[in-house]
Amino acid sequence: MNGVVELNLDRETRRRIKDTDAALVVNHINKSFGGKSLLTPWKKDAKRVKAVDDVTIGVRRGEIYGLLGANGSGKSTLIRLIATLLLPDDGSVTVFGHDVVREAPAVQRMLNRVSVEASLFKKLSPMENLIYAARLYSVPVGRAKQDIVRIMEALGVDRDRVHKPVDTMSRGMQQKVAIARALLTSPVLMLLDEPTTGLDPRSKKDVEQFIRDLRDEHDATILLTSHDMHEAEVLCDRLAIIEKGRIVVEGTPQQLKDEYAERHGLAEATLEDVFMEYTGHGLEDEDEEGATA
Amino acid sequence: MAVANASPVWRSVKASYALVERNVNLSKRYWGWEIAFLVYTIAQSMAIVYIAYATPMKPSAVAHMVLYLAVGTLTWSYMASLFQAIAESVQWERWEGTIEYTMMSPISRLTYLLGSSLFGVVYGLARSAVVLLALVATFHLSPNPAGLWPTLLIIAVGSLSFIGIGIMAATLPLLFTEKGAQMTYVIEALLLLISGVYYPVSVLPGLVQAVSHLSPATYILNGIRTCLLGTPTQSAVVGALIPLIIIGVVTIPLGILLWAQAETFAKRTGRLKRTG
Repeated sequence: MNGVVELNLDRETRRRIKDTDAALVVNHINKSFGGKSLLTPWKKDAKRVKAVDDVTIGVRRGEIYGLLGANGSGKSTLIRLIATLLLPDDGSVTVFGHDVVREAPAVQRMLNRVSVEASLFKKLSPMENLIYAARLYSVPVGRAKQDIVRIMEALGVDRDRVHKPVDTMSRGMQQKVAIARALLTSPVLMLLDEPTTGLDPRSKKDVEQFIRDLRDEHDATILLTSHDMHEAEVLCDRLAIIEKGRIVVEGTPQQLKDEYAERHGLAEATLEDVFMEYTGHGLEDEDEEGATA
Repeated sequence: MAVANASPVWRSVKASYALVERNVNLSKRYWGWEIAFLVYTIAQSMAIVYIAYATPMKPSAVAHMVLYLAVGTLTWSYMASLFQAIAESVQWERWEGTIEYTMMSPISRLTYLLGSSLFGVVYGLARSAVVLLALVATFHLSPNPAGLWPTLLIIAVGSLSFIGIGIMAATLPLLFTEKGAQMTYVIEALLLLISGVYYPVSVLPGLVQAVSHLSPATYILNGIRTCLLGTPTQSAVVGALIPLIIIGVVTIPLGILLWAQAETFAKRTGRLKRTG
């Protein structure tokens, strides 16, 4: 693990990262949205939607753990709960032993996130966007400038694009800038929320290679959400299928396929077969937080 | 290794510069908008000052009124820019889609608000300087030179109280994802109405006059007008500074407290997501 983590994490946190095997522990967590609110008391029929329903998972240090689910299944809500962007109704989440609610600053120093949208200041250049992130994470700017060029080039972004506005770049390129932003802060836990959705095949391959490198070369633990069965199968050490906020099955991709094949008397099965069996449907869209808008 | 040894306070100050630098970069990239908004403010300020020439008065009274209105429009230009820069910080991030990334970074909310406020001061001063140049080039302004330094002192102290109100207003876009920004304009308009920006507070109805004592702009404008249009006595300056200090001491901690509550509410109800 290079520089930033060593610089920014306190001694106790560094000890916990070194000593513990449990990178992420999600323990009976629940999250609902909607219903009556102090700000909208006139909405009498407001429906409360359970987005995450008694979810318990554990991710080991250095593991790539996949969460497979349709849109609206609760994947992104779970990511936001881990990322300190949402408060759970009950249950707990710890990242290397730090509680995400009570010890949010310590957790925030250890993780970063790449979501389906690049979420960058579009008129700013990648360099300006990433220097902003570097300052927020106390990464020395001089070193960050060197790292930004190096990381961007490693991700296949030309050096001369680093100073041009993000809105002149393709979506795939923008996503690489978002990945570089996350990598710049050297997270020990990386939350990847559908990072390849909407990307062209070439960009998708680049991002998938980046995910492998992140684990192998940077010793990061990765939680990856996806609704791409192939991607999950080739990248994840273990995965869980989430449906209507609940984890319905968990295991290694091979284990899940073998169990399905055995149950159905087949020679072999695909991960899609497993997904269809446990969810009973395809990948329809429904936004789990839509009720809060 | 400098970062490892830096104190948390110094780290916070350095991190707050991230927001100043980011907003300066954004202003540069959106230079077309900035120029358009500046032209709007200059045109509005000049239109208000021209009212003095349309009022049937003696020439000496006209000169006094020109300065009276110029002080009002310049001061309001600064205060409104400062207020908007802070109050719109959340909405801007929502629009760009970056709010979740800023909120999950390991900076304290104090750092975030300090950065937004510092940029607000820099931005407000820069814009007001351009408006001042335009007014000086167009109108004959003859302020009392002795009142310049006390005026700057009043603006500096008054900025703190406006920062406090700006922080309170910035909670609205956190709470109301779609219309929160527009609600901050309502606060700005009410401050404009009650603070005697273009007229003495004494012309307002009794109840509104009483409410005007809660607005820092009332004391800022009274103080500056006394300094630039009259004689800057020590008692007049102190008389303006004391209520401004009190309002700042009350509104800044209250704003931070409200912000913390609003952020907790936003995290409980899922309102940090991107909209727009």
